[in-house]
Amino acid sequence: MKSFKGKVLFLDRSDINTDEIIPAKYLTEITKEALRPFLLEDLKMEGFDPGRDISGKAVIITRSNFGCGSSREHAPWALEVNGINLVIAEDFARIFRQNMYNCGMMALELPGETIDRLFREYAGKDVEIEADIEKGILAVRSGEASEEIPFSLEKFDRDLVASEGWVGFADSRY
Amino acid sequence: MGKTLVEKIFESHRVDTPSEGTHVLRLDAVFCHEITTPIAINDLVSRGMDRVFDPSKIKAVIDHVTPAKDSKTAEQGKIMRDWARRHGIADFFDIGRNGVCHALFPEKGFARPGYTIIMGDSHTCTHGAFGAFAAGVGTTDLEVGILKGVCAFRTPKTMKIHITGTLREGVYAKDVILAVIGKIGVNGATNRVIEFTGEVVDSMTMDSRMTLSNMAVEAGATSGIVYPDMTTVEYLWQFIQDEYASKEEALKDYSRWVSDPDADYEEVVDIDVRTLEPMVTFGYKPDQVKPVREMEGTSVDQVYIGSCTNGRIEDLRVAADVLKGRKISDSVRGIVSPATPEIFRKAMDEGIIKVFMDSGFVVTNPTCGACLGMSNGVLAEGEVCASTTNRNFNGRMGKGGMVHLMSPATAAATAITGKIVNSGIFKG
Repeated sequence: MKSFKGKVLFLDRSDINTDEIIPAKYLTEITKEALRPFLLEDLKMEGFDPGRDISGKAVIITRSNFGCGSSREHAPWALEVNGINLVIAEDFARIFRQNMYNCGMMALELPGETIDRLFREYAGKDVEIEADIEKGILAVRSGEASEEIPFSLEKFDRDLVASEGWVGFADSRY
Repeated sequence: MGKTLVEKIFESHRVDTPSEGTHVLRLDAVFCHEITTPIAINDLVSRGMDRVFDPSKIKAVIDHVTPAKDSKTAEQGKIMRDWARRHGIADFFDIGRNGVCHALFPEKGFARPGYTIIMGDSHTCTHGAFGAFAAGVGTTDLEVGILKGVCAFRTPKTMKIHITGTLREGVYAKDVILAVIGKIGVNGATNRVIEFTGEVVDSMTMDSRMTLSNMAVEAGATSGIVYPDMTTVEYLWQFIQDEYASKEEALKDYSRWVSDPDADYEEVVDIDVRTLEPMVTFGYKPDQVKPVREMEGTSVDQVYIGSCTNGRIEDLRVAADVLKGRKISDSVRGIVSPATPEIFRKAMDEGIIKVFMDSGFVVTNPTCGACLGMSNGVLAEGEVCASTTNRNFNGRMGKGGMVHLMSPATAAATAITGKIVNSGIFKG
């Protein structure tokens, strides 16, 4: 199973599309690793600098409809090769969400008010999150502060995370 | 309670329910192109699982960057070509026969009512225009589709968009779908299938229906579905005439693939198009839409007519009607890309290619290239493009470029004036 633990990158915008996550001109690459320098290169968001803000992060917290647009799985791959296996949002575009679980990564949905509160209390701070899939708990730590936030994972999504993706699951079953 | 069309398709194709709310479906077709398929092929090879579930159900094309523009795109094409050969994939479309996948595959009769279709391309929703469940997927879903002929989906919910009224002159399917997306938003149909119904849809050609279905994903929809009718049968007749004694018999069979009158919809949206004007996007999201009238005078550097949204023969005819006998502005680069070789040939036979060339357009081979800023019309920083494509995302047609989405008629008129304008001024 992949690791779902580390520092948080806050992206305070809805409807971040996969062209922003990884522009189409890099889709001529045929290895995942080649995508690493270009993650979020075209993200239109005030104050965001991919060169400065991505390094060392392992979790993204964002708003609504993350990953809309193109079906390119290069978007989760670009996250994965940058060490980001967990994205937390109010909701996701369907294909992106499925692509994440198909790669054994997690796209976790939390209620809008919880996302609002996370932004209010933690954005701009040094924050670490660890997802415990067995317990369904997100452990949040920032300086002295810490809290636990419950989450639920559908059985199929959990199975995909455990099998590190859909190819392994499907091959053993169909 | 009755069933929606997509519930009927799921019921007839379900092979497994690995957990509640997840349905593994048997696939009738797996479509492939050279951007998302090579990594799936390489992964299958590296796992020692280089197999295909059924070569006759796999349809493949090189369309995004063709002819290859550099060594990397040449390599992607080569991986596809070698794979198609070694697995005996007969329906593989390479240079000379290739075109934009969502225009080419329907034209070959590969999308049928009641089918389940996946492709590693978000605009796969286009094929819903035939009453199919057609969904864009990522490379891993595609890989499993190629290997096993199955794909998993969550329980589908349906949103009905009921379109009534009569379209005014100069208003087209593109204006309708832009208005729909403007109304429901880019997240308005996420995890849902859109059913397009109503007299406006009933009277549309298959080309227009495909324009509608094509942009369903811009509202987040899994697929954009239109019920099959006699228009569908006429379009498919050359491919199905051996299966049915008559068109009426085909229609009778296809009429299984409609929703029951008492089906359960998650939402119903009524759209009256009687007063609808030509529409255009502003900003970087496809739901940022306003009437062309309100954007008039916006200068553009490039006009692009083509793509899986609006590169079909009907689109080229509409644009040529506006362009005939006129020159495009000196300040504009006009690019038209007929979406398939057959469309290109028809456009030549009908004199449409000549109209485009006489007006100052360059005609490119069929390809997706410019739409996603990969080739054949990439924008420079700060440039503006009037485009008949489907996405105005930041950087979509080139880093720092701005894209305004519009109909082929509006794009043609805009090419003439060099500024966004309604096509009406060139009528008569």
